[in-house]
Amino acid sequence: MQALNGLQYGVLLFLVAAGLTLVFGVMDFINLAHGVQYMLGAYLGVSLAAATGSFWWGLLLALPAALACGLVLEWLVFRHLYRRDHLAQVLATFGVILFLNQLVKAVWGSAPLHMPIPALLDGGIEIMLGLRYPVYRIAILAAGLATAAALWLLIERTRAGALVRAGASNAPMLSALGVDTGRLFMLVFACGAMLAGFAGVMAAPILSVEPGMGDTVLILAFVVIVIGGIGSIRGAFLAALIVGLVETLGRSLLPDLLRLVMTPGPARQAGAALGSMLVYLAMALILAVRPRGLFPARAG
Amino acid sequence: MRLALAVFALLAAAPWLGFGEGHSLTLLARGMILGIAALGLWLLVGGAGLVSLGHAAMLGIGAYAVVVLDDARITDALVVVPVALAAAAIFALLTGAVALRTTGVNFIMITIAFGQMAFFTASSLALYGGDDGYTLYGRNTIGGARWLQDRLVFHYTCLALLIACFLLLRMLLASRFGRVLRAAKESPLRVEAIGFNPYPYRLLAYVVAGMMAALAGVLLANATEFVAPSYLAWQRSGELLFVVILGGLGGPQGAVVGALALVLVEELLSDLTEHWRLIMGPLLVLAVLFLPRGIAGGLAGVLRRG
Repeated sequence: MQALNGLQYGVLLFLVAAGLTLVFGVMDFINLAHGVQYMLGAYLGVSLAAATGSFWWGLLLALPAALACGLVLEWLVFRHLYRRDHLAQVLATFGVILFLNQLVKAVWGSAPLHMPIPALLDGGIEIMLGLRYPVYRIAILAAGLATAAALWLLIERTRAGALVRAGASNAPMLSALGVDTGRLFMLVFACGAMLAGFAGVMAAPILSVEPGMGDTVLILAFVVIVIGGIGSIRGAFLAALIVGLVETLGRSLLPDLLRLVMTPGPARQAGAALGSMLVYLAMALILAVRPRGLFPARAG
Repeated sequence: MRLALAVFALLAAAPWLGFGEGHSLTLLARGMILGIAALGLWLLVGGAGLVSLGHAAMLGIGAYAVVVLDDARITDALVVVPVALAAAAIFALLTGAVALRTTGVNFIMITIAFGQMAFFTASSLALYGGDDGYTLYGRNTIGGARWLQDRLVFHYTCLALLIACFLLLRMLLASRFGRVLRAAKESPLRVEAIGFNPYPYRLLAYVVAGMMAALAGVLLANATEFVAPSYLAWQRSGELLFVVILGGLGGPQGAVVGALALVLVEELLSDLTEHWRLIMGPLLVLAVLFLPRGIAGGLAGVLRRG
């Protein structure tokens, strides 16, 4: 049960991290604002679903809306930063975070919003004897896996994907070969924004939709891409599942484990703290042993 | 240097320039405290080229040192400050030893990781309020005297410590240690080729930076008489990094200017509208796009021309 939850969380993380790792890997651009794009997706999904009265329309409309937001941001801000150093990028995208978080607060208010689970996916099914699991979470799992497969096909089997991979391994060379990297960057960026938005909409019914929801996800997504190796979709996928599992299992099992050796009160606290820390411990360990991540994409 | 002198003089005169009442003094104190923490980070970013996004953890250690000792009824600064500095130094030494094995983006990530660990530890300290934070019984005493209760004394204490940290930083940068550090920022390869191993120098810089942040943490706890895990949140580290870059990497005065600018602009805008971040965010983006050398760099240019 918790393992399934972990997988499902991991899949959501993958959707966010995939865009991030591509933007990072291909353009060498640190986009701290990726998390707020995920948040924006969730908000757009909620309000569009409320406006149209249907989850599906909300999802369908939120995707192009998230894409459009990504393009506008790229055109307004990010495009001017590709040639600047990482520091400038971190700074400017932090500014975008401040702006969008506040914008969301101004438009939708700071109270968490709730999105109803679509009727078709409501309820639970029996996955094992006496163990019911919500259909919606399974749907997320399926949607995430399908997206991962589609992305894999796109990147490994198409010309556009070959360009993206080439960009991740050596962007200046690609540009020298006559590819318009500016346009490639824009496309990658837009896709990343849409994936983040998609994750946001999918997460909306099970997590609370509130300002700042993107920040937690952002940090975890960064953990994912660093563990997975920057620019690598395969790495991001595996790392996302690992992080999702570690995070969920750590939080739920550690307090129980610690109870074996400690009194219940402190065990609960220490377990919760350790559970939240586990991912970062794992990352520190992996970076200490393999400073370039598990599956580095960049050559040399 | 001229810019730094001007800023310090203004800060010293501030209580008589219409910044006398409680609120504005608190504001300036916050700016100066942020400045002390930012000076430490400046040593890392501007001096050694190491971008840390976990600096708030060090600040938090300083603040939580005050809390832990306050809970044990030990409230004298003569004890609290050394304990806070020692705790931060040990934490910095341990995490720095691991983090400095990586460089560039991975260094950013690993410092975030350590920062998050500290953050979650702080939120799990139920004894000290957990997520809700901890309200101090009162400000620290100095040798038994309750001097820090007085706003003016607190103002000048912060200013004196800020200037001390600034001078220490300049001294460090001018020394052999600082030159190796800066050389290693430009080209680690060449530094190694002439027989230096940058690692211990960087580690020392990391520890010094951590101790400065811890000092700021002690002051911050005293200024607000309240400590919460949000002091250690990564957004806080982002804010510090901001202050440093916004101020400018041309010299340590950038950190001071950046900190004061951030606090003052925040205050101005929040008077204007509740949604001041709507203006702050784009301002930051514009600052990055059009002030590549930071506020201090821009100001210094104006001073030179004028």
